[in-house]
Amino acid sequence: MPVKIEVKNLTKIFGKHPKSILDKVNQGWSKEKVLAETGHTVGIRNASFQVHEGEVFVIMGLSGSGKSTLIRCLNLLNKPTSGEIYVDGENILDYDKKQLKKFRQEKLAMVFQHFGLLSHRTVIGNVEYGLEVRKVPREERLSIARQAIANAGLAGWEDKMPNELSGGMQQRVGLARALANDPDILLMDEPFSALDPLIRRDMQYDLMELQSQLQKTIVFITHDINEAFKIGDRVAVMKDGVIEQIGTPEELLDAPESEYIENFVRDIDRSKVYQAKHVMFKTTVLVTIKQGLKTALNEMKTNGISSVFVVDSERRLQGIITIDDTVAAIKEGKTLRDILRDDFFTTDTEASLQDLIPKATDTKYPLAVIDENNKLLGLISRVSVLSALV
Amino acid sequence: MDSFPASIRFELGVYVDIFVKWLYTNFGDFFDAVSSVVLWLMVNIENILLWLPWWSVLIIVLLLGWRFVSPIAGAIFALMLVLVGSFGYWDHMLYTLAIVMASVVISLVIGIPIGILMAYSTHAQSVMRPILDFMQTMPSLVYLIPAILFFGLGKVPGVFATTIYAIPPVIRLTDMGIRQVSKEMVEAAVSFGSSSWDILTKVQLPQALPAIMAGINQTTMMAISMVVIASMIGVKGLGMEVLIGIQRIDVGRGFEAGLGIVIIAIIMDRISQGVANRFKIPS
Repeated sequence: MPVKIEVKNLTKIFGKHPKSILDKVNQGWSKEKVLAETGHTVGIRNASFQVHEGEVFVIMGLSGSGKSTLIRCLNLLNKPTSGEIYVDGENILDYDKKQLKKFRQEKLAMVFQHFGLLSHRTVIGNVEYGLEVRKVPREERLSIARQAIANAGLAGWEDKMPNELSGGMQQRVGLARALANDPDILLMDEPFSALDPLIRRDMQYDLMELQSQLQKTIVFITHDINEAFKIGDRVAVMKDGVIEQIGTPEELLDAPESEYIENFVRDIDRSKVYQAKHVMFKTTVLVTIKQGLKTALNEMKTNGISSVFVVDSERRLQGIITIDDTVAAIKEGKTLRDILRDDFFTTDTEASLQDLIPKATDTKYPLAVIDENNKLLGLISRVSVLSALV
Repeated sequence: MDSFPASIRFELGVYVDIFVKWLYTNFGDFFDAVSSVVLWLMVNIENILLWLPWWSVLIIVLLLGWRFVSPIAGAIFALMLVLVGSFGYWDHMLYTLAIVMASVVISLVIGIPIGILMAYSTHAQSVMRPILDFMQTMPSLVYLIPAILFFGLGKVPGVFATTIYAIPPVIRLTDMGIRQVSKEMVEAAVSFGSSSWDILTKVQLPQALPAIMAGINQTTMMAISMVVIASMIGVKGLGMEVLIGIQRIDVGRGFEAGLGIVIIAIIMDRISQGVANRFKIPS
């Protein structure tokens, strides 16, 4: 996928004369030393990463790790001390005032931790705000705003004030406001941290749902590793203003590059991160529906297995046969179709191991991983479901 | 007893005189221009108030009180005005109202922009703060001196002195109101590509409005409290009647006029507070 955002060697120092401290930071002075000797705070140190189009890129770190500073550099709420930020190939640090305004109005929108709603405006007044500063005519922006509010599940609440809404609903307004602008990029700064856990789970689910339709490029900040792994296509882990590692959730789990990340992922419930596609194996040991029972028996014998999946010529799953049934059927002169069983479980590639555990404990056959056309993609042995958990 | 040595003498007053004279000679035209604008404003407000039939003033006050305080309060305010009229002070009351209104209008026109400037610039704030402290701690009589010097006697210096005395609250509260706007709200506005003007007019001023309204209320109250002093330089109205009462030791007359001032103060305070409450942002 094409690169949407590219950040190169970004450094942000807070203080009176940040540029003058740059050399010392580049020489590798620690954050504490810089603060003690110069009174400047190093927010981000030499961060580089790429975000691909349509990707959910999560930046994770504890408070003070610089993650909020970093996301605020992407729309220049914070001005980087050095480095380059390319969005669609253009360095946004070269923009003049007018270009920057246009960029903020059209390219991206931000969702805030404490929602950042204008408390003196109604819900619809908030949602239309971005369009209002773009000078979209009133009628048009109201109809767009109404649609965005309906999409966020808040139809009927247009004329309420933000304080009349619950936290979860307020953040839906924040999201609707961002989406009303139809930006390519969504910046989300700990959007769900201020919500209670149940609402948070709903919002995460809704966001993933929304993203599967809209395919925006999302940069998402969180301090919650479970949230990061749940919604992130890739995750960058930050510590003390430095990006420690970037990778998919599985990569971070399997090969943490530092002790810090190891500690982080230790608490992770692996069964939520691993999906069917990570533990399935592609098998060639299959019987097609047209083959005879003897071939099937032979196949099972040579591979030392007691059952085998049956597919058609397009590799679409038809059923499963067991070795006992096959032997009996040969004696009784039945055909393969007569002994096909369907008491096995199927799953798609995205299912998490957590969802597969009950299935794996409930069957004596492997789980079949199929696509939407019922085509067999692979198998998951019961052992691999349970062993991936430890 | 050792008294302070007479040889240590810093004649600050002389320099002040020189400075004021310099101002007067070099900026005379400016003061004349200011004077004519203020006079125009004052005369128009007075004419409008005097043109209004007395009962219509009662109805206006009744309705404002009804709407912004409570129906009973509106009725009480109207009765209180009838009382002032029955003292024979109806026109005096209108004169007083006119100078208060003119001073408040001028205070807002000058004060709100200064407050905004202070909120935006810490430098401006650090310059303005001591000036405002100075203005508020200085005995209000002292403002009469430059007022007379620049504008002579009459309405204009009265408005000038009253404005100087009354302007600090609206400046301070505008500054505070804007500085108190949540950072995230401003950030949100910036992130959507708002211009500075958008941020000021669509976010900061609406958010600061409750504080500004509180400032307007305080400024109004201070302007009213200045009317007796302003009457010393020839401003007609209830203040003048109080002053005459003092000079002639006419307790009755002074009391009636004083009560009239109190009544105006109560009515303006309650109504402007009621209006301010309307602008409160629920949180």
